[in-house]
Amino acid sequence: MRWLHKLFIQCQMLLRRGVAGKQLKDELQFHLDQQIAENLAAGMKPEEARRAALRGFGNPATLRDQARDTWSWQGLELLLSDLRFCIRTLVRTPGFSVLAILVMGLGIGANVALFTVVHSVLLKPLPFKDQGRLVRLYEADANGVYQDNVLAGGTFASWQAQAHSFEGMAIKKGIDYNLSGSAGQLPELAHAEQASWNFFPVLDVDAAVGRVFLPSDDRREANATVVLTWGLWKRRYGGDPGLIGKTILLDARPFTVIGVLPAWFNYPDPKVQLWTPIYHERSPEVMRLHVAHNLDAIARLKPGTTIDQATAELNTIQRQIRRQFPDGPVMDAANIRPILDGEVFRLKTGLYAMFAATGCLLLIACLNIANLLVARAATRRRETAVRTALGGSRARLIRGQVIESIVLSVAGAVIGLAFAETALLWLIHARQDIPRADSIHIDGTVVLFTIGVMFVCGLLAGLIPALSSNDKQILRILHESSRSYSGGRGGVRLRRVLLGLQVGLTVVLLTSAGLLLKTYTRLRAVDIGCATHDVLTMEINLPRGSYNSPAKIVVFYEQLADRVRRMPGVEAAAVATTLPGEGHLRDDVFTIREHPPLPKGQVIDATTVFVDPGYFNAMRIPLIQGRILQRDERLDRSGEAIVNQDFVRQFLKGESVLDKHIMPTMGGEVAGENTGVQIVGVVADTLEEVSASPRPTIYYPLYSGSERSGTLVVRTGQDPSSMALPVQQAIDGIDPQLAVANILTMDQILGQSTVSASFDATLLFAFAVISLVLAAVGLFGVLSYIVAQRTTEIGIRIALGAQRVQVMRLMLRDGLRPAISGLVLGLVASTGVAQLIQSMLYGTHALDPAVYSVVSATLLFTAILACAVPAWRASRLDPMTALRME
Amino acid sequence: MGKPSDLVQGTLDLLILKTLSMEARHGWAIAKRIQQMSGEVLQVQQGSLYPALHRLEQQGWIKAKWAESETGRQAKFYLLTAAGRKQLDSEATNWARLSGAINLVVQEL
Repeated sequence: MRWLHKLFIQCQMLLRRGVAGKQLKDELQFHLDQQIAENLAAGMKPEEARRAALRGFGNPATLRDQARDTWSWQGLELLLSDLRFCIRTLVRTPGFSVLAILVMGLGIGANVALFTVVHSVLLKPLPFKDQGRLVRLYEADANGVYQDNVLAGGTFASWQAQAHSFEGMAIKKGIDYNLSGSAGQLPELAHAEQASWNFFPVLDVDAAVGRVFLPSDDRREANATVVLTWGLWKRRYGGDPGLIGKTILLDARPFTVIGVLPAWFNYPDPKVQLWTPIYHERSPEVMRLHVAHNLDAIARLKPGTTIDQATAELNTIQRQIRRQFPDGPVMDAANIRPILDGEVFRLKTGLYAMFAATGCLLLIACLNIANLLVARAATRRRETAVRTALGGSRARLIRGQVIESIVLSVAGAVIGLAFAETALLWLIHARQDIPRADSIHIDGTVVLFTIGVMFVCGLLAGLIPALSSNDKQILRILHESSRSYSGGRGGVRLRRVLLGLQVGLTVVLLTSAGLLLKTYTRLRAVDIGCATHDVLTMEINLPRGSYNSPAKIVVFYEQLADRVRRMPGVEAAAVATTLPGEGHLRDDVFTIREHPPLPKGQVIDATTVFVDPGYFNAMRIPLIQGRILQRDERLDRSGEAIVNQDFVRQFLKGESVLDKHIMPTMGGEVAGENTGVQIVGVVADTLEEVSASPRPTIYYPLYSGSERSGTLVVRTGQDPSSMALPVQQAIDGIDPQLAVANILTMDQILGQSTVSASFDATLLFAFAVISLVLAAVGLFGVLSYIVAQRTTEIGIRIALGAQRVQVMRLMLRDGLRPAISGLVLGLVASTGVAQLIQSMLYGTHALDPAVYSVVSATLLFTAILACAVPAWRASRLDPMTALRME
Repeated sequence: MGKPSDLVQGTLDLLILKTLSMEARHGWAIAKRIQQMSGEVLQVQQGSLYPALHRLEQQGWIKAKWAESETGRQAKFYLLTAAGRKQLDSEATNWARLSGAINLVVQEL
């Protein structure tokens, strides 16, 4: 009750301060009048009575303040008055205020944007119950070279049967299905996942409508079933609950829809449209292999089991498997990552590097503002000294300065949030390769982060100048101000230190940006080994249902290439399973028939690509030796292959090539697997990835008819994207049920593989340029200030006969000193930072001398430019004017 | 002449509450009353009186109302609240205990 009453009084006080103030005045006046009246009654003269009363009363203003001090909210009132004062000061210098707010806004904005990405992508937990126990499992090798290999079906089966650390263990594999149209809908290529039945139970996810898979669905002989995602169900089927139990056609085969996943479920990414049971879709033989690595495994740890314990157990099991299968690509160890880490670990270095860069940028912005505030504090030294002399407490003065910088940073944060929002939109658009991009948005945590950053920046930028002002100097300052001698050495020294730090950080950003830019240009300059201009590509997936024999597949591919080749504007057309620059998609183990057997436990493998006879011509990959594949080598007469130069270098060095036979182990996909596939030609190397070196590759004939997915490449004499529509119409003419996907030019494919490098380089470069500009502004400001402070001194020097050039040199030296010490500091720090981003570099040494010299030269040049104007101005001083300023 | 600083810390509150226990008074009257009751020993300075009054009001122990004074002018009268009366009791008891104890020590010497 009492606290309620007190609260009431306090609220009243807050609202009625004006009235209360007036009443206090009346109350005190009444007291005074009573005293006067008493004095009069005691026989004093009116004037004397008044003076005596006032003497006894003391200073009425102090008394009023003392009474007011007991009121609640007094602190708030003081704060408000400080705030009013500070805003008035800031409004009076709009140039400074706008500049400071913009600088702060830029720094905070960039930081908030990157924090949002780091938080949403790397840190925010996946939306699963008890996420801490969910992990991803990988095969690894004991030497630690490969740590994140996907699982083979046989390995998974052994782990599932033998490991005790897990509550459940499940697998999935990405795949594309041709989802046929019904009732006039267009066919579409649906990105899907095949998963073991317990995949959803392990994640603890249930269907929103219908049910998820049962063990009985996940067998080869079961009826085909499919679970849709919420998005597909709403988009294509209008959210019709009657769809459950109905049949849809995937790859022209009927699947019964048994359930729909909840709307929030978007694992592993939102592009996935539907799920099918993996043991139904893939043959038991494939799922028993220990050599075919193609499954993503997830698991839920038992409560209390650590990742280390589970890894140790799997390691033991895997070592055993390796002993059992000493031949073939079977790994001998295991690796476990938390499930979130498994999705994003490849992005970590890049994102954290960018986040650190924005941190540097913000620090630079803070230092810059601290620098500007030191300059302002210097111009207000007399005001400060007078206030101190009149009894203003040091705490109050410091508070005033800190409030000023906090006001700046609050305004900066508001602008920064708006800036971050825009930056994020651009970022999501520019980096479509970032997983979980859909979850990137500004939320409560981000806002809290912004507020935190805002206060830290405000305090940092405000405290540095505030603490630099010293009480003990008051008298000196008051003396000083009567004679404008070159004072404020302390302020200048502090500003130099701040500038040195700022220049140092700028140098770090510049060198990092320089290294990444060089990496990027190196990547772009890579010759991938084939035609890249005016080449259009599109993916084709032939449905298993309607293309159920090799002959049908071959007829389609042949028809397609012939038709497209005859179209006007097309110079060449061909089909292949993998294109250069698309990444490493498939390899197989093989032996060479003419070679002695390999030592036990050793295997050799090469990239596997299926191409049609026109491929090398269409992609302009030169033939080095022998001949290319013939059109009539098809189906069971397709026992020939072509290898690349790297294959020869690695496996047939110094031998004749064309009489050798490859013995692949692929499960009957090519004719002659048992007798050997003869090498008939050698072609030049192409690169699987822009940043990779060539790998040994075997080109098998596409016309063996085993491959249902291929990429059509069309080399055109004109803008390739204008050919996309006619080519699609041609495909429609052959099979109207067929959907094509990923219509891209070769340049776009290569662009995708360098998007991350280009993004990092561009962004860091932008940060570096901004901080360079800030550093230049800082140098300019400090030197201008020094010149202004030393006007008299310079005037005297010139009057005494100093040459203008000498004056200029003197001032330049003064300005360049912090720049040079900052440069040295920055170069030393850069060598450390460069080691950290080593993994992001390609073809560029961390200590690349060219980058370091260009950075040093740029910085020195900028610094000289920034210092030249004030220095020149100093040398132009008219000594008479300078001296008359006294 | 007792300066406010001579008053034992916290006794001013007790004195004010006590003066107000009979009737409502304004600041001037409170000061006069304390001076008179203490045989002109305790003279409360305005510099202590008004901050103390405002503090007590903020605490909710006394409340103020504007009324006509004996000279016919509007003045701010303070009166004790229920909470204030309880506070007075506890402070008076405390004072009695404390002063008794001090007396014992002092008289022993």
